[in-house]
Amino acid sequence: MLRDITLGQYIPGDSVVHRMDPRMKILLTLGFTVILFVANNISAVVAAGMFPLVAAVFSHISYNVIVRSFKPLLPFILFTVILNLFYVGGDPIVEFWVIKITWQGLHVSAIMSLRIIFMLIGGSLLTFTTSPILLTDAIERLMGPLKKIRVPVHEIAMMMTIALRFIPTLIEETNKIMNAQKARGADMEQGNLVQRIRALIPILIPLFVSAFKRADELALAMESRCYTGGEGRTRMKVMKMSARDGWASLCFLVSVGLVIACNIRFGSAFQY
Amino acid sequence: MSAITVRQLTHIYSPDTPFKQVALNEVSLDIQKGEFLGIIGYTGSGKSTLIQHFNGLLKPTSGTVLVDGEDIWKKGYDIRSVRFKVGLVFQYPEYQLFEETVYKDIAFGPKNMGLSTEEIDSRVREAAEFTGLAPELLQRSPFELSGGQKRRAAIAGVMAMRPQVLILDELAAGLDPKGRNKILNQIKEYHSKTGSTVLLVSHSMEDIARYSGRVLVMHRGSLLMLDEVSKVFARADELVKTGLDLPELTKVLLILQQRGFPVNTSAYTKEDVRAELLRLKGVTGC
Repeated sequence: MLRDITLGQYIPGDSVVHRMDPRMKILLTLGFTVILFVANNISAVVAAGMFPLVAAVFSHISYNVIVRSFKPLLPFILFTVILNLFYVGGDPIVEFWVIKITWQGLHVSAIMSLRIIFMLIGGSLLTFTTSPILLTDAIERLMGPLKKIRVPVHEIAMMMTIALRFIPTLIEETNKIMNAQKARGADMEQGNLVQRIRALIPILIPLFVSAFKRADELALAMESRCYTGGEGRTRMKVMKMSARDGWASLCFLVSVGLVIACNIRFGSAFQY
Repeated sequence: MSAITVRQLTHIYSPDTPFKQVALNEVSLDIQKGEFLGIIGYTGSGKSTLIQHFNGLLKPTSGTVLVDGEDIWKKGYDIRSVRFKVGLVFQYPEYQLFEETVYKDIAFGPKNMGLSTEEIDSRVREAAEFTGLAPELLQRSPFELSGGQKRRAAIAGVMAMRPQVLILDELAAGLDPKGRNKILNQIKEYHSKTGSTVLLVSHSMEDIARYSGRVLVMHRGSLLMLDEVSKVFARADELVKTGLDLPELTKVLLILQQRGFPVNTSAYTKEDVRAELLRLKGVTGC
């Protein structure tokens, strides 16, 4: 149950995408998301979507894992489709009582659902191919200039690293405590809302107690290793851009060009 | 009559994913009513997965688990009732305490069984006595107790359900030698007084040797041996191959055997080893 969460899960590997500079990966993911919303007709959206799909092929991550990254959100996607299908005006295909489905509605809902799917694929590809530690490191480096206006960039990144690091630990802990309470006959699957919330108490209290204890121990361990923050800290592995990052950005620029060309050639779908 | 019967039990974690892992592979075994069974195995050998099948916390990927002769996964069987029949104390159980008082925490299990207040009260007091918790501790907050007391309280919480089978996973982990012996002796006493079945999972060969009647050895998800203690230790060389540690005294006998002495390595208690060494002295005359 809890072990089925894939979003934000790192899948170790040695592909071209895995070895890219994490800073470049973050920038390209952001850029791609922007382009996805610049694209305003179906061919442009498909053109933009080619970028994460090609990257997914190069990452050697299995098709099933990619599909599972957006599967849990299918109801949400479906909801978007239905909403757009009925509320966008234009030339009707089917008209029945109060329901009116138009070509334009179909077009817009296709764009919307593809945007969500591509965005999820792009985002999960980033986390699939980049370890959380590298990811926060890269964020710290990218936000570096903000230090000039006294934003505590290092502290934020450290907090993110620690939080990410402890997600699996906390999940494991929750599972353990749940099992221990179930072994004493705790019933978590039945009853009304109040009973179910009450059933969480035997899980949450031990979880909080151990989380606080763990935080305390971690702080102590960091202090005894003379941690004082980011000031003057150096790195064993310094991030470096390489040729493959250049190629990746070139691919991205090609997809940007394609999207703009499609936008101009076919025109916007959002005129109604 | 067996308390728990397992047939062709296989368990696979995260099937159909890159993280797929076969934790148990076609395990079949019978646990006798009233026995004291030790379970040993290297880390990751499948011990914990196995015991979580005994009380229905894990569902077998294939195979059957019978408690009291009944298939616990058959349709219409109330899986919660198995939890009361087979009490499972996890590793480091002190982390499961949550109530305001020790008394209430021990009463959590019996309360889930839907027992009357008087019945719960007598069970809580009985369990506290078995685990050696002083009555005045019962009204304290579990978070004020010492580590050893917390563990006793957690064990009492499972004992209070009066399970037919009590499973203890690494009961003595992290306790000092004195606390270790004390708690194990109390479990032994619980076993002989109540006549219930006790399963003790442990890394320590000494503990297993001293307390159990039979031993179950797990290795890489399979059942390697299930036999009386002396017979298992007689196959000492096989145990060593699987990465298991032997009791110190058995090791001495094993080294003697390797040096060519005609020694019987199945002895494991202080007295037996002494007798064996004296016998050897007589035979070899040295």
